[in-house]
Amino acid sequence: MAPDAPAKKSFVARLKRGLFMTHTELIARVGDAIRSKVAPDPRALDALEEALLTADVGPATAAELVAAVREELGRREVSEADSVRRVLKGEIERRLSLPAPPAAAPPPGMPRVVLMVGVNGTGKTTTAAKLAARAIGSGQVALLAAADTFRAAAIEQLEVWAGRLGVPVVKHRPGADPAAVVHDACSAAKARRADVLYVDTAGRLHTKHNLMEELAKIRRVAAREVPGAPHEVLLVLDAVTGMNGLAQAREFLKSAGVTGLVLTKMDGTAKGGVILAIVRELKLPVRYVGVGETAEDLLDFDPKAFADALLDD
Amino acid sequence: MFDSLSERLQRVFKELRGEGHLTEFHVDQALKEIRVALLEADVHVDVVKSFTQAVRERAVGHEVLTSLSPAQQVLKIVQDELVRILGGQATPLSLKKRPAVILLVGLQGSGKTTSAAKLALHLKTTLRKQVLLVPADVHRPAATEQLRTLAKENGLFCFDPKGEPDAVVRAKAAVKEAKLFGYDVAILDTAGRLHVDEVLMEEVARIREATEPEEILFVADAMTGQDAVRSAGAFGARLPLTGVILTKMDGDARGGAALSLATVARRPLKFAGVGEKVKEFEVFHPDRAASRILGMGDVLSLVEKVQAETDEKAALRTVERLRRNEFTLDDLRDQFRQLKKLGSLSSLVGHLPKVGPFKQLRNLDIPDDATKRFEAMIDSMTAEEREDPRVLDGSRKRRVASGSGTSVPELNQLLKQYLEMKKLMKGAARMRF
Repeated sequence: MAPDAPAKKSFVARLKRGLFMTHTELIARVGDAIRSKVAPDPRALDALEEALLTADVGPATAAELVAAVREELGRREVSEADSVRRVLKGEIERRLSLPAPPAAAPPPGMPRVVLMVGVNGTGKTTTAAKLAARAIGSGQVALLAAADTFRAAAIEQLEVWAGRLGVPVVKHRPGADPAAVVHDACSAAKARRADVLYVDTAGRLHTKHNLMEELAKIRRVAAREVPGAPHEVLLVLDAVTGMNGLAQAREFLKSAGVTGLVLTKMDGTAKGGVILAIVRELKLPVRYVGVGETAEDLLDFDPKAFADALLDD
Repeated sequence: MFDSLSERLQRVFKELRGEGHLTEFHVDQALKEIRVALLEADVHVDVVKSFTQAVRERAVGHEVLTSLSPAQQVLKIVQDELVRILGGQATPLSLKKRPAVILLVGLQGSGKTTSAAKLALHLKTTLRKQVLLVPADVHRPAATEQLRTLAKENGLFCFDPKGEPDAVVRAKAAVKEAKLFGYDVAILDTAGRLHVDEVLMEEVARIREATEPEEILFVADAMTGQDAVRSAGAFGARLPLTGVILTKMDGDARGGAALSLATVARRPLKFAGVGEKVKEFEVFHPDRAASRILGMGDVLSLVEKVQAETDEKAALRTVERLRRNEFTLDDLRDQFRQLKKLGSLSSLVGHLPKVGPFKQLRNLDIPDDATKRFEAMIDSMTAEEREDPRVLDGSRKRRVASGSGTSVPELNQLLKQYLEMKKLMKGAARMRF
């Protein structure tokens, strides 16, 4: 143990230094290098890359962004640290600003069916309730479907939310076929002339073949009941997720036909940088951002605000 | 596209092959690859730096062994270092008090409630402990209901909070009840909370003061990225954490968070959640996890699971029947049932090495209900048909298919696989066991 001690100490010290060095300081270092009118110090660009890596942007995207910034800096005279930030933020914002896809609409008089999917524990139930609250707030008639029949008390959890919001929930017993729940919910939504139906599905790891198949079945059943359904499939992603978020998005896109992302738990310290990698590869738009526990804490995604938050402390 | 850490390292080692000794240049080349691989595995940037630095010092320094190839040397150093940081040795829980209180804390959605039930079942089956599950999450809707349901489904005891709205009061009352009724262990499932939420962090600190837990376990999602360092650091600053439970290890996350957590929290990783089922929970083994990160698979865990769940006598019976070439569909059904006890097939495949002969398996889709369909088909046959499937003609096949809710092509597939298996096993049975 004794010979190990000094190495351990210096290691912890190194780690602390890394943790307490803010992004602002790191990026200011880049600015210093450029102010000195020499070619950008590679160490300073490394610092910039590190700030991006800390935000879960991932090594490939981080390297790309740094290269883009370097190129931009070579093209024009930049002398302020703040400008380096601006260049980087602009690049991030540009990458996240996808043209809004034409929203699939249900036939007149039919409900819009929105499916919430994702791995376990990302906040699907909470997000479904928040979306229903938003819909009601804008004067729509909304309905919730408790299609997570697997997790213990998932139905109760959605019911508590629905009770608070005054939204009806269509449910079956725990363990029932989720596709049957969706079938009934679609019928109920049509009968009540609801504008929108939010379907809360069970969390599932994207590597479980049979569970992903279940989502395909839910889609088929919904389409049979309401033409064009599901009109939207939202992948709910936890902001603390690292690079695995890309694997999740890939698989849910393949099996569930995801049309957009919701980034939850953005009120913590996680930056959710993995969406840069997802948008880069899969061109999926980010639709909403969850920033708290109450119904109002679901915001429309704003690429500029996201870029700002990614690089600020 | 991401490459697994193992594939990257193998590529590096391939390039290193044929060199007489480890040069600084080669070590640095290898470390570059290791760095990217670790970052893709979600290991925190600062942890990656210190890790590669430590490996570099040892690799270029005096620890060079002439008996190993350069590839083997780097591999060994990387693995040793991984194991050292991941905890060195598996540490058992401290459960001296009666009741021993275990506090589970963590972010929302990390899997605390499920882990509480899993840990309770684990302590009950492996250590014969009487465990009381305590729902101390008063914030998430239906959290209490969730724990109660899990307890009921798995024959575990759950404290009834009788609607008490204060988490601290609940926890205190539960520990008192655990003491009164002589439980060995009380597991407190607390609400998920963000480490920046001052009010809730204060609440969990008060729960700790009120219950004096022997173990405070941080529950973390294996898919967590860079933020693992911040959240674990903040929880650790507030509570004297004693260990970590890593959940959702049955996915394809590289699990680099384990390395970050072990480094920052400087607490051992104690358990791993490896499936949806409550029994899919195992002791965290740093050496196995390191092997797994390096792509050498986790065969040891698999062997352990097989030994724990299979019926040795039944296995010997099968072997005996095989020797006499009497392997029938009845035996095949037994095999399926044995397999099922091990948990889902896809979680089993997760234990196998991701390189070498098992490489194809990672892309293999095994529907978890495949064996169920096979079983249903065998169940729909008469004893005569099970003994000798050759009697199955078109009309019998249609009957079996409709009786089991499957189709004739599926049945044909089963029969084909059975015949192949029989042939294979006949060969295997001639070998000495």
